[in-house]
Amino acid sequence: MQNAAPTLRLEGVAKSFGPVAALRSGTLVVQPGSIHALVGENGAGKSTLVKIVGGVHRRDAGVVELDGEPVDFTGPAEAKAAGVAVIHQEPASFPDLTVAENIYLGREPLGRFRRIDRRAMRAGARELFRDLGVDLDPDRPAEGLSIADQQIVEIAKAISLDARLLVMDEPTAALSAVEVRRLFAVARGLRDAGRAVVFISHRLDEVADLCDTVTVMRDGEHVSTDPVAGVTADELVRRMVGRAVSDLYPKVPSTPGEVVLRVEGLQSTGTFHDVSFEVRAGEIVGLAGLVGAGRSEIARAVFGVDRYDAGRVAVDGRTLRPGDPTAAIAAGLALVPEDRRLEGLVTESSVARNVSAVSRRRLARLGILLPDAEARLARDWSGRLAVKAGALDAVATTMSGGNQQKVVLAKWLATGPKVLIVDEPTRGIDVGTKAEVHRLLSTLAAEGLAVLMISSELPEVLGMADRVLVVREGRIVAALDRADATPETVMRAATPGASSERGDAA
Amino acid sequence: MTALTALLRRREAGIALALLVVIGVTTAIQPGFLLSSGGWRDLLLTPAILVVLAVGQAVVVITRNVDLSVGSMLGLTAYLAGRLFIDVPDLPIVVVALVAVAAGAVLGLVNGSIVAFARVPALVITLGTLYVYRGVALTWAGSDRIDAGDMPRAFLALGTRQVLGVPVLTIVAAVVLAVVAYYMYTSRGGRQLYAIGSDPDAAELQGLPVRRRLLGAFALNGALAGLAGVMFAARYGTVSSGAGVGLELQVVGAVVVGGVAIFGGSGTVVGAALGAMLLLTINRALPVVGIPDFWQRAVVGALIIGAIALDRVLARRRSHRLAAERDTDQPGGAGPADREEATP
Repeated sequence: MQNAAPTLRLEGVAKSFGPVAALRSGTLVVQPGSIHALVGENGAGKSTLVKIVGGVHRRDAGVVELDGEPVDFTGPAEAKAAGVAVIHQEPASFPDLTVAENIYLGREPLGRFRRIDRRAMRAGARELFRDLGVDLDPDRPAEGLSIADQQIVEIAKAISLDARLLVMDEPTAALSAVEVRRLFAVARGLRDAGRAVVFISHRLDEVADLCDTVTVMRDGEHVSTDPVAGVTADELVRRMVGRAVSDLYPKVPSTPGEVVLRVEGLQSTGTFHDVSFEVRAGEIVGLAGLVGAGRSEIARAVFGVDRYDAGRVAVDGRTLRPGDPTAAIAAGLALVPEDRRLEGLVTESSVARNVSAVSRRRLARLGILLPDAEARLARDWSGRLAVKAGALDAVATTMSGGNQQKVVLAKWLATGPKVLIVDEPTRGIDVGTKAEVHRLLSTLAAEGLAVLMISSELPEVLGMADRVLVVREGRIVAALDRADATPETVMRAATPGASSERGDAA
Repeated sequence: MTALTALLRRREAGIALALLVVIGVTTAIQPGFLLSSGGWRDLLLTPAILVVLAVGQAVVVITRNVDLSVGSMLGLTAYLAGRLFIDVPDLPIVVVALVAVAAGAVLGLVNGSIVAFARVPALVITLGTLYVYRGVALTWAGSDRIDAGDMPRAFLALGTRQVLGVPVLTIVAAVVLAVVAYYMYTSRGGRQLYAIGSDPDAAELQGLPVRRRLLGAFALNGALAGLAGVMFAARYGTVSSGAGVGLELQVVGAVVVGGVAIFGGSGTVVGAALGAMLLLTINRALPVVGIPDFWQRAVVGALIIGAIALDRVLARRRSHRLAAERDTDQPGGAGPADREEATP
């Protein structure tokens, strides 16, 4: 088998987005009839590599070969036509179409006169769901499906393509144990039929269970490729991290003070339920959980951007009016949102304008903004956060992700908040700047700020937080002290069905 | 749910019902509205042109776009048809109609190309071409007007002739509606148009031929505007450079009233056609029932706002229901366990 050309061969593949190099040197060789694990921390470049294989992005440099033939996909359709099926990390379904239509979109079974054969389509979807062991109605609209069910639809779609190469980017993150087991059975079936499967997961027990070969990536580069049997989980983790954890997460010790933010019984139908917690001055509370568990939605409701159906939010004992961010800001709340380009910055505006955006009323006399005051404020905070911008009138789009994030932080810190909510504070930021952001958050907490930090990066939560709250399917299912929070305890609490079933499956 | 209740719960059923109520009430007050031969003919004939335009517009709106230049395209193609009758007297009527349809398709394709390739919002682009196309018509026609005398009698007869009690133009509109509705429901391309409107980014990620589909939607809309131009010339017998001014608002109104979501992805061309019939029938019914001119416009406005409000309410209720279903499906952490038992 080793003599035949590998199904997929990548060598030295690179891809940059503006100033950020997402993938420096991606190398991956996948043999037919094998299940190949790809592991690495978030931001290691796995998803970028997958998107290049799937035709979503075009590489800047390097070699991509399918069955020995060099390929250069200009779009997902070409990749699909070449026999590459990809399950992306974020399910991309069409809410207005039915589940069956979503699966067969663009290649619906046709009857007479090239008319869509809905009966065949429905039957096909039912059969796929039976193979996967799930009970989904092919005729219901995709709107309102849970993340897990959306993921199932994606998997069914990819399997029905009958591709020679199936790439799954964290397909199990939202699935229950039984669904995972069924998926593994399907993957093994494909392997035995001589197909190649690439499997990306953060769960090393799954890797050991399912895969035969494992490739480790770190900071956009290939680290190692070994048979799964020949390498221990500890060794894999060491290669994935590749540096001492304490450097990345400089935690300044602080003593928690009074309760500043208190959330009681917060509820929003279909999103989160009975959410209660408190954050003390000087404390960093981590909100951990899987993507889609409802963490960002909770943060948005607390801040007043989204409405909620029941419960209350209080700052310093005073209840906030629901759905009123202005009141929340006045009470001392600040929210650094998940998507800084979309929600955090006016990207076409200057650094000074962005920093002063929320504090403007304070900087104005009789409704007229004083430019000197604005410049002074911007200079103070940019200096304190070491924003690397050519000048304060530089436009935000020209800056790197890390510096943009610092500008957003500066904007909110300039309002003098008591509670800072940060949603994925270091997503898409290079390692060096990451550590700077961490140091800053840690210092602010030590100075008495209450920090609520949402993060999908487990090491970040564990490294930074004094307490960890785990959110699963819209509920807080665990509150762990720093000493008790380990990757295992957090992941077990965060994963649906993990506590009872996941262990056996591995 | 039986097939009948499923049919009754459809949005189109509600519009059809509203249409029947309007006709019923007006006929009760003034029997001639429906029960005279002229009344019957007007009821069917008046909406024919708007139905054709609404069908084309619905296809564009379903892709999360809009084409505001339809009124100008209609004016330009109507004038083109008239000009052809004058300048090339021996040309068969069918050829003139085909040329106008083709011209409309080209105009629509121009709109579609700018939207698909330059990625500028359709609202802005077609607002621009609305004026450009009208400007072309004004320059070309000037103060010239094509009258009934300039066009062949057989052509004008199409505007009023009936087959088995149904006006020819209504038959044309019905055929257009049937063909497009069939395409949208049963073809791959039709379902892709819905997918593109439902989530344009996901459509790209899925590798759907987004540009080609958008071009197709705009070209179809243009072609139907061209057909509507020919119908306009046949029906009214006079075409000036101002033909079809302001029609775009009526068309978009009809589409919205017909339950096609302005954000794309949902609604049907049948609904849009019913919306067009409802709008124009109400327009004719209100004076009959004795409602003053000012209030007639207000009623049409209220209808459009009401339709949009209804859409929002229904959409919110639906997503709330689907979300609540999910909650009861998986009560907290026990959810996956329930599901395990449920699967055989």
